[in-house]
Parts: sequence; C-alpha cells; structure tokens
Amino acid sequence: MLIKTNSSGFNHPVSSDITPQGIYQGRRDLIKLMASGTAGAALAGWAGRDALAQGVPKPGKLASLAGGKSAVAGAVTMEKVTEYKDATTYNNFYEFGTDKADPAKNAATLPVKPWSVAVEGLVKNPKSFTLEELLKLSPQEERIYRLRCVEGWSMVIPWVGYSLSELIKKVEPLGSAKYVEFITLADPKTMPFVGSRVLEWPYVEALRLDEAMHPLALLTFGMYGEVLPNQNGAPVRMVVPWKYGFKSGKSIVKIRFTDKEPRTAWNKAAAQEYGFYSNVNPLVDHPRWSQATERRIGEDGLFAKKRKTLMFNGYEAQVGQLYAGMDLKKNF
Amino acid sequence: MAGRQKWLLHPGAKPLVFMLCLMPFAWLVYQAFSDQLGANPAEALIRATGGWTLRFVCIVLAVTPLRVISKTPALARFRRMLGLFCYFYVVVHLLSYSGFDMGFDVADIARDIIKRPFILVGFSAFLLLTPLAATSFNAAIKAMGAKRWQWLHKLVYLIAGLGILHFFWMRAGKNNFNEVFVYAAIVAMLLGWRVWNHWSKRRRQVSSPPAVGAR
Repeated sequence: MLIKTNSSGFNHPVSSDITPQGIYQGRRDLIKLMASGTAGAALAGWAGRDALAQGVPKPGKLASLAGGKSAVAGAVTMEKVTEYKDATTYNNFYEFGTDKADPAKNAATLPVKPWSVAVEGLVKNPKSFTLEELLKLSPQEERIYRLRCVEGWSMVIPWVGYSLSELIKKVEPLGSAKYVEFITLADPKTMPFVGSRVLEWPYVEALRLDEAMHPLALLTFGMYGEVLPNQNGAPVRMVVPWKYGFKSGKSIVKIRFTDKEPRTAWNKAAAQEYGFYSNVNPLVDHPRWSQATERRIGEDGLFAKKRKTLMFNGYEAQVGQLYAGMDLKKNF
Repeated sequence: MAGRQKWLLHPGAKPLVFMLCLMPFAWLVYQAFSDQLGANPAEALIRATGGWTLRFVCIVLAVTPLRVISKTPALARFRRMLGLFCYFYVVVHLLSYSGFDMGFDVADIARDIIKRPFILVGFSAFLLLTPLAATSFNAAIKAMGAKRWQWLHKLVYLIAGLGILHFFWMRAGKNNFNEVFVYAAIVAMLLGWRVWNHWSKRRRQVSSPPAVGAR
C-alpha cells in the first residue's frame, strides 16, 4: 500500500530505524571479516550474535542471574538496551510512592527474603512455591523486550526469567480456569504508600489464561544479568511485553486461577481509562492523552521527535492471533 | 526600615533581583547540557518550568501584602519585573511542552489541547497572561488609563486560579495533591489578605473622615 493511514494497521518504520547503527555496522564488519579469510574465528562470534550485538554489560550491583538463549519468537529485540540507571531510577511502583524517582529511593525496605508464591484456585496441584523452587523450576532465559508505559514512555530491558507457561503446566489448571490473577505484596510496614488512596491494595493484575500461556509472558526474576532490584519488583514479577507496563505486577505473592474476569487494580480505580486487556494500541487513545507515540527513555533526546508506538508494542506477529475477531476499541 | 528602603532603592538592586530570577532558568539549561535531568529530560524541563511559573505567581502576588505590612514602599519597584519573569517562565514552559513533547507539530498540539482539559486550562492561563505582559510598560498604562489598566491586571487572580487548577488536574492522575495544596494555600492567603485589607480600609474610611491626601 502506498498511501498509509492510521487504520492501515501494522506500520513498520524502515528497517534502519529498527536496527541501531552499532549493530548493523557490526554485521557489515563481520561480513568483511569473513570475506578477508578470518571467517573461522569470526563465526564463533556470529553464533552468539545476539549477546555480542547487544553486549549488555552487567551493572555489578546485585547477585548475578544469568539467562540462556531463548528459542521463543520475539524473545530478543535488537534495539538499543536502556541504561541500567534509567531502568532502575525511573519507574512506577506505587507502593513506594507515586513519583517515578520514589521506588529507587524507598524500596530498600522491601522484605525479599524469605519469599514464596502461593499458586491456588482452579488448579489440580495447588502449591506454595519458595523462591528457590521457582528459580529452579525451568531454565532461566534472557529476554530483551520493549516496555511501553501507559504514560507514553518506553524502554528496552533485558529481563531474565522463563515463560509463565512452564509454571502453569506444573500446576495443571482445571478446565474451568479461564483467568490468571496476580496478587502482589501489600505490606504497610515496609511499603510506605500502601494505604494511600490512589489504588486499592493489594495491587492485583490478571491475564486471560491463553494470554498467560503465551511463551512471551515472562515470569521474571532478573534484569541485566542480575537479580531484580527491589524497585523493579524483586524477587519475582511478571513481564507481559505487548501490554502497557502496569499489567505486569511486581513482587508477586499469589497466583490464582479463576473462572471469572478478575477486577484489576487500575480497572477498579478508573474503569473508563484502564481496560482489562490494556494491550499497547496506538489506535486507541487513553481518554486523557494520545497513545500514538512514545518517548524512548535515554534515546529520544530533547530535540528528537517521539517515535510511533507499534501495535501490540511490536509483538503483533506473535500475539495478534490471541485477539482475532475481537473489537480492540471496545476491549481496550 | 530606612536601611531596608535604602538597599531596595540602590541602583544595583534591580539588576541583582533580575539575576536571581534568572538563576532557575540558568540552572535548568546547565542541567540539560550536562545530562543531569534524569531519565526523561523533556518531562523534567516541562515540570520544572511549570513549577517556577507557579512560584513566580506567588512571589508577584506577595509583593503588595509585603509592601503594606512591612511599610516598605520601595518593594513596588520590583513588581513589574517579577510579573514579567512569571510570563518568561510560562513561555519557556509552553515552549518546552510544544517543542520537547510535541515536536512543534501545530496539529498535534491543537489536538492535545482539546483532548486534555488540564492543558486547555493551562493554555488559557497563558493566553490571559499575555495582555498583562504586553501592557506592562509605562506608555501602555498612560494610553489605557490607570483605571482600565488596573482592571485588566486584576485578571491575575483568575490566572492564578487557572494555574493551580492546571496543576491540580495534572496531579489528579496519581491523586498526589500535597504540592498542589501548598500553592493553593499560598495563593488563597495572598488573595485573602487583599479582601481583608479592602474591607478593613473601607470600614476605616466610614468610621473616620479620611485624612488629607489618603488614598
């Protein structure tokens, strides 16, 4: 199609927009190397090209948690990874304050040890997992995902975890289970803003069971090759890359399987603004602002125009079929 | 008291106040160029310049009460400059929003103003403040006549209210009103003083014959 309109769906930017210069330059250099006869040595690098191309350096702040290569489609974006400092000092975690600088300042008190997650509801094998059990349940993978906040900013974060489906398969949902509810910690003693009037506590999020089973839905234990910092939802959180960030609950203590659509925290606070699905969708505006564009933190500098937001945050090829036939304007 | 008056009337006093008023702006520019504005510099700049606009609204509204209470008429010399700095910061605020947030795309800005009531309110406050800034020079006062000029400049009360509503609405998304209440309380106090002053003056005028030359 030559003439693009807002309704023509999945508008990719040109490929040079997607691939950072450093990476495609690296590929070209590699091809040159191969041509010049040093292919043998270079091929080893080619095999590990994702890791090499991204070269995410460990920040050296917390215990290391390595993630292996993921075979899941869409698991690793080649976009430039956001600085660790930005990803850990600019985020929302209302239990520790509503300013995006608050979580990093206040989350030191989060009691991450010992930690357990109760998995219950409509499952054959309900069980309370210790964090240690969860960490070993399936091999840890590195997933470099785009993260799009409903407020209109975005990041690229290398998470470490495994598909939530691995855990779901272990507990065997009953046929009647249709939804998965994530209940997060609400401890007024250690979380100073639990009890503030902004939201109902605990913070609850939920997915439809088929969404939760999608391999991109990540049960997450680390980022940047290390365990999660407290402010980013330690010790275990969800990351659902095709939905707005708030759909990914932090510091999860309970996972419940239900037959009715759970009322989620933001949906209870403002149902007309935050729907159950909250899929990233540039065509459906938030009632108070546009969702057509986003500012990539650390990259779209002061004088750069904001970039276009992609349908399903760029994961349409992987998750689009989950919503086939649904009116996404109604089910926002 | 005389000492205070002397300092305020010193030829260096105005340039000094001018430099002081410019410092928040200089600091922001410095931070922007040395990458100290955090993860989202555009948002930081927009919020900081909005905050300074509100602070200058409070400062300029405080001049008259301070002048009367402390019996320091020389304070009046600074009122125009402070008012113009308030306009300066709102212009920088608006430019930061239009440029850094909207990429100077006029159609996008127009859509955004309609879509977001708090931006509409802030934009209205800016529009209302513009004629005040434009008529701040002496010739304008002469041309308009003091009465009409004063009437126009009473718009500042409405503008202060709109500014606070703009801030309130912006913070409503997170139910975080502490700072909003501080500004609202300051402005309410400064306006309350004016009402009280007005009525007590009238009462004085009614109960005792005015002294010669009193206004």
